[in-house]
This record gives sequence, C-alpha cells and structure tokens, in this order.
Amino acid sequence: MILISCPDCGARDETEFHYGGQAHVPYPEDPSTLSDEEWGRYLFYRENTKGIFAERWVHSSGCRKWFNVLRDTVTYRIAAVYRNGEPRPTLDGDSQ
Amino acid sequence: MVETMIEPIDKKTSDLRVSPAQHLHGDFLVAGVTGAFGVRVREEQFLTMVSLRVPVGSADRDRLAQILGAELPARCGEVATGHDVVVMWLSPDEYLVISQSVAGSTLASYLRAGVSEGAAAVVDLSANRTTLRLEGPSAQAVLEKGCPLDLHPRTFATGTAFATNIGRVPVLLWKVDTDSYRILPRASYADYLGRWLIDAMAEFKVLGSG
Ligand SMILES: [Zn+2]
Repeated sequence: MILISCPDCGARDETEFHYGGQAHVPYPEDPSTLSDEEWGRYLFYRENTKGIFAERWVHSSGCRKWFNVLRDTVTYRIAAVYRNGEPRPTLDGDSQ
Repeated sequence: MVETMIEPIDKKTSDLRVSPAQHLHGDFLVAGVTGAFGVRVREEQFLTMVSLRVPVGSADRDRLAQILGAELPARCGEVATGHDVVVMWLSPDEYLVISQSVAGSTLASYLRAGVSEGAAAVVDLSANRTTLRLEGPSAQAVLEKGCPLDLHPRTFATGTAFATNIGRVPVLLWKVDTDSYRILPRASYADYLGRWLIDAMAEFKVLGSG
C-alpha cells in the first residue's frame, strides 16, 4: 500500500485512487493526418521506465480529479506530485 | 374490451415514498448497543441534496454565497453553514448543498437564479444518496473496520466531511459531532452498507454485556 498525496485532498490510501499510465503523452495535433502506425504508437506505446516515472493518477473515491506523480518504479517512492497542466518538476540527479 | 379502472392516487407522493434503508429500520433498532461501548445507527430519511458545480474563479461564486448565506467551502473537508443549508466541499469545483427543511426543487431553483447560463450546473440529487446516522462511543471503532481515512480526531475534526469508502462502498462521511457521524451512500448501496454496519457493530454488544 502506498500513500498518495492528492493536490487537493492530501495524503490518502492508494485504494482511493486509480492509475492512468504515463503522463505527458500529448494528443496528436491532427489525428487524421497520422498513419496507422503513428496512431497505434500514440494509443498503445508507452515507456517502461526503471526508476523515476511521470504518471497520471485520479482520486476516484475523493475529488475525482486527475493529477501527475513522479514515482520510482523500483522503490515505489513518490518523489513529487503536481497538478495537470504543470510541467514535470526536475529532481536532483534526474536525467529525465 | 375490458375497461381497466386505474385507481386515483389520493395520497400525497411524500406519504408514498420509501427511503433506501427503510426496510432496515427494525434491524437497526435491534443492532443498537447502549452503555460505555454503545453505538447506534438509524436512517435520516429524505434529506434534500443539490449538486452544485461551478468553476474555480467564477464570478457566480459571490452570488451563490449570498443565496446560500455562506461562502463556498475553500478546501477539502470544509462544510459551510448557511441559511437552512450546509455546503459540503466535494472537489475544487463541486459542492453538495444539503438541507433538512428546503425542498429540492425549491433549493435548485434558488441556486439556478445565481448562476450564469451554461457556466454552472445545479442538479437536484436528493434521491441519489440516503443518510445513515452512526453515533455512540464505539462509532469511530466501527468505521475504522472499513474506512481508509484517518479517523483520529487529530485529523478528522468535528464539522468536517470527506469523500471516502466504508466497507468498499463510496460514501461521504461527515462528522457532525463527537462520536456522531452522517454517512451518505448512494441509494443502491444503502442496503449493503446498512447490513455491513450492523455486522461491524455486533462485537460491541458482546463487549457491552460482558
Ligand atoms: Zn482528491
């Protein structure tokens, strides 16, 4: 069980949240111009980072808002929580 | 052709309606525990609940505050008390307006008068949730069996309310007073949650009699 700090509600148990996968995947500017492969890559291809990973979470049993989290996929330690639309924070020793 | 007679309804709708946990009324009475480990549960029927969604920073907020008699709550947990209503924070742009005395349709029309066309949503959700009142010295211990929230008075102060889960049921949990909680589950979960609470209360009956 991890504790996640919702930007609006504070620290809550992981069970109150749902996972939304990799953050900062932009919606294509003009999807109709994409090839099938490009569209497929947008829909299904995601990073499989070992270490600090920027990911989306939604506080489903609370305020029902989406936000972003920097989490270490090895230790599960959460390094930062930030709101939708905010840039990914830089961490010490973070290569991005 | 057989003519069908439809009996006219002479009772008012308010006399005919049935609340989501009404069938558990007797079971709730039997499950109640008195004494030092006491805990009781009952349904508070038909509270008026109106959902209010208004964007952060909207100019409508001031007008709504005047109508409600209270500023919209600013942060998670806050419950504001206004004229015959309380306003519960559900999210930065979502509130639940609860009243014991004002009808849903009346409250909704008052609020609609305060919001600009298309910029906010006011919906009468009185039938969406029911209210279970859990009280007694063991109430916190009963809730702690199935609620992920920290219920210690240090973090859960009287007069605050949070959206959370109890026994897997999504609820709004409102601490009305010391050892007194209002639990707001959606109507279809009221039966399950009512029975879950009865089950969670059972051990205190044994403790109380021992
Ligand atoms: Zn939240």
